[in-house]
Amino acid sequence: MMLEFDFEKNADKIKELKKMIEEKKDMKGALIPVLHDAQGIFGYIPKEVQVIISEGLNKPIAEIYGVVTFYSQFTLIPKGKYNIGVCMGTACYVKDSQKILNQIIKELGIDVGETTKDGLFSLEATRCIGACGLAPVIMVNEDVYAKFDASEVAEMLEKYK
Amino acid sequence: MDGIKSYVLICGGANCTSAHKDEIVKKMKGKIKEVGLKTEVQVLPKGCFGLCEEGPIFVVYPEGVFYSHVQASDINEIVVEHLLNGRIVDRLLYKGIVGKNIVTSLNDSKIYKKQTRIVLKNCGVINPENIDEYIAYDGYMALGKVLTEMTSEEVVEVIRKSGLRGRGGGGFPTGLKWSFAAKAEGKQKYVLCNADEGDPGAFMDRSVLEGDPHSVIEAMAIAGYAIGGSQGYIYIRAEYPLAIKRLEIAIEQAREYGLLGENIFDSGFNFDVELRLGAGAFICGEETALIASIEGERGMPRNKPPFPAIKGLWGMPTILNNVETYANISQIILKGVDWFRSIGTEKSPGTKVFALGGKISNTGLVEIPIGTKLREIIFDIGGGIPNGKEFKAVQTGGPSGGCITSDHLDVEIDYETLIELGSMMGSGGMIVMDEDNCMVDIARFFLDFTVDESCGKCTPCREGTKRMLEILEKITTGNGEAEDLVKLERLAYVIKDTSLCGLGQTAPNPVLSTLKYYEDEYKAHVFENRCPAGYCHELIQYFVADDCKGCSKCVSVCPVGAISGVIKQQHTIDDDKCIKCGECLEICPFDIIIKK
Amino acid sequence: MKSLEELMKLKEETLKKINLDSKKNGIRIVVGMATCGIAAGAKPVFSIIEEEVGKRKMKNVEVHMTGCIGICRFEPVVEVYASDGNKTTYVYMTEEKAMNVIDEHIAKGNIVYEYTIGAYEK
Repeated sequence: MMLEFDFEKNADKIKELKKMIEEKKDMKGALIPVLHDAQGIFGYIPKEVQVIISEGLNKPIAEIYGVVTFYSQFTLIPKGKYNIGVCMGTACYVKDSQKILNQIIKELGIDVGETTKDGLFSLEATRCIGACGLAPVIMVNEDVYAKFDASEVAEMLEKYK
Repeated sequence: MDGIKSYVLICGGANCTSAHKDEIVKKMKGKIKEVGLKTEVQVLPKGCFGLCEEGPIFVVYPEGVFYSHVQASDINEIVVEHLLNGRIVDRLLYKGIVGKNIVTSLNDSKIYKKQTRIVLKNCGVINPENIDEYIAYDGYMALGKVLTEMTSEEVVEVIRKSGLRGRGGGGFPTGLKWSFAAKAEGKQKYVLCNADEGDPGAFMDRSVLEGDPHSVIEAMAIAGYAIGGSQGYIYIRAEYPLAIKRLEIAIEQAREYGLLGENIFDSGFNFDVELRLGAGAFICGEETALIASIEGERGMPRNKPPFPAIKGLWGMPTILNNVETYANISQIILKGVDWFRSIGTEKSPGTKVFALGGKISNTGLVEIPIGTKLREIIFDIGGGIPNGKEFKAVQTGGPSGGCITSDHLDVEIDYETLIELGSMMGSGGMIVMDEDNCMVDIARFFLDFTVDESCGKCTPCREGTKRMLEILEKITTGNGEAEDLVKLERLAYVIKDTSLCGLGQTAPNPVLSTLKYYEDEYKAHVFENRCPAGYCHELIQYFVADDCKGCSKCVSVCPVGAISGVIKQQHTIDDDKCIKCGECLEICPFDIIIKK
Repeated sequence: MKSLEELMKLKEETLKKINLDSKKNGIRIVVGMATCGIAAGAKPVFSIIEEEVGKRKMKNVEVHMTGCIGICRFEPVVEVYASDGNKTTYVYMTEEKAMNVIDEHIAKGNIVYEYTIGAYEK
């Protein structure tokens, strides 16, 4: 999916980010906290945003790109309005979370790490979210679905359409 | 369907489904037919009733009678007594309504009896967002005692004598670590808390931070006093939003009370704590990688020595302990070394929290004295394996650990015994597996995890784990060759011996331990093209049994057109076309389709 | 906080306030609200208890959220610390069940045995 980063439309957000950078730039090890801010503000960290951070923190863009791509929480493409995370922690895996993931891939027609064309859903295979007692678990944004079953996928997706 | 007089609803939820449901449904339908009720009784699979622990559940309408824990051997009785003669089978009725002579408090329940709560003492008792309640339970008393009555050296000595060992994995003596940092020279020293709980299947750190955040903050301040540091950082996973929120509140409240900040307890001691959020990299649980990450870099491990206690965060002496280790500190200070050493074993005093998950009845957190037998954890506290299945293995130590088999149920669990068994304590995840879990696939699952999480710095881990994963994928898809098993083992030892950090050095453990204890399963995949647990898709086959009625329902659901046959005649499945989706098996009204 | 005495004083005061002191002159209700509890539906249960206790102006009843008690399987969990020092553990709670507990246990002192942990534990 190609996306043009629109500076005009994002003017407010850029302002907000710059304010955050200003606040944190003297803090030791500021880069990762600033990236968290950027991910929170824009929902992703495209090249244009990395340039802003690079200038603000006076760090080479290569270093910033290196950090962004190292950590799985930071993304270069926008997530969907609803980000579905299927927990692939061990407890969920032994209780067949792979089947749930396959079913969602089938229903949405996207692979893990992708976003649907309409921008509605994105799909992630997440690390353990620590709700192992309720395995298998999936999350849609902040909603947690506990003891989930592959047969409930279609119904679950319908709620968000 | 005018003739239908009764409906039997059967739970089709995930848990019941695995409890021999197919067999039971088949038997039920057979018996109904046998007693001539075929036109009067309809059997319908329904969604989950939400009482999974009671499954399989049958509800008979119009009476609305609820039967729980129905076994195949109970079917004849239900059909004959209830459906045919109209007499309810009391014996199988759901016992949701019970008398007064039962356990009403968790503290008296079987789950709780063998537990000793130190780390989880306040979890589920106090309100974590209210510092007063923590104080009401002796919170910050230890910090007060340390600052007003003890010297730094005395604090280090108490922790050293207590024998407390790091609860995050390796089991390094905490007091020793502190003494190194206390002796090291540096104009600033740092106290770090590892709350980057990355082991899939472990969630004790999250529970402590969500339920008792002050216990960690207090312990960090004590550690700061002991080594001479005034700044702490808690490195926490961004995946734990609630824990982050509660820590933020706790830090704020502690500052308001002057329990963090300057001149605490009028002792001249200053200490403050900051949160740093992880960003989803498992490697950051490794201490030097965690330090790199706090410094704002890619979380890649560094060579040791120098150890962080000498040269850590920003080149300064640094101690790093995990959440559970810290949660022990204030009670050791308050209750003393002798009390702490009276729990657990000689070499490993105290308790360990385990997260029980997977195929076990009582999923949850348990805190037990170190040295408790695995059998007690799984069967007495955990309530055993649900749905009448066989215990097969328990996986400890996450991607760094291994599987322990039923032969070792009587081993007393501590750091050393687990390593002897080819696993490790790790952070304390215990994932129980039953007969339906394929051990080769579990090894593949963990390797898939390590390949994904390898930071890429050193070659053995980056390339080696990838090659191991490829071999495992070959085996689980039925393409394994005899020499693959040899290669796999050789590669495993090379990676173990030559990787830079703990992640690489332990990454082959899941493979080595399953190869050791479940070689048969590997061989069945390679030499017989068979997955004994019936899990690996490519190795399963679907058949139509001989008494097919030819209703052709399966033909209409098969997404790839693999089923052929003339109506009212025997159908067959073309295994070359079949994608093992299982749709045919689901729809077949006569349960003629078999998975092998 | 400048001295241990100051801390001790706060401790004593709080113990009285949260119905956890030795005299126990009231009832304390805690609802497990860690990630797993919330995922299992603890939030509405907590809200309804808090709301109902407030609405009925029940005296000496403290309602609090708490962390994970470790029995994920039984979430949502509500525990009642009675004035006689006994604790009752209610499991698999729903809003409806919570209302019953308030009607029977909190208002009249009758434990609702069907919802306690013993009714579900095997």
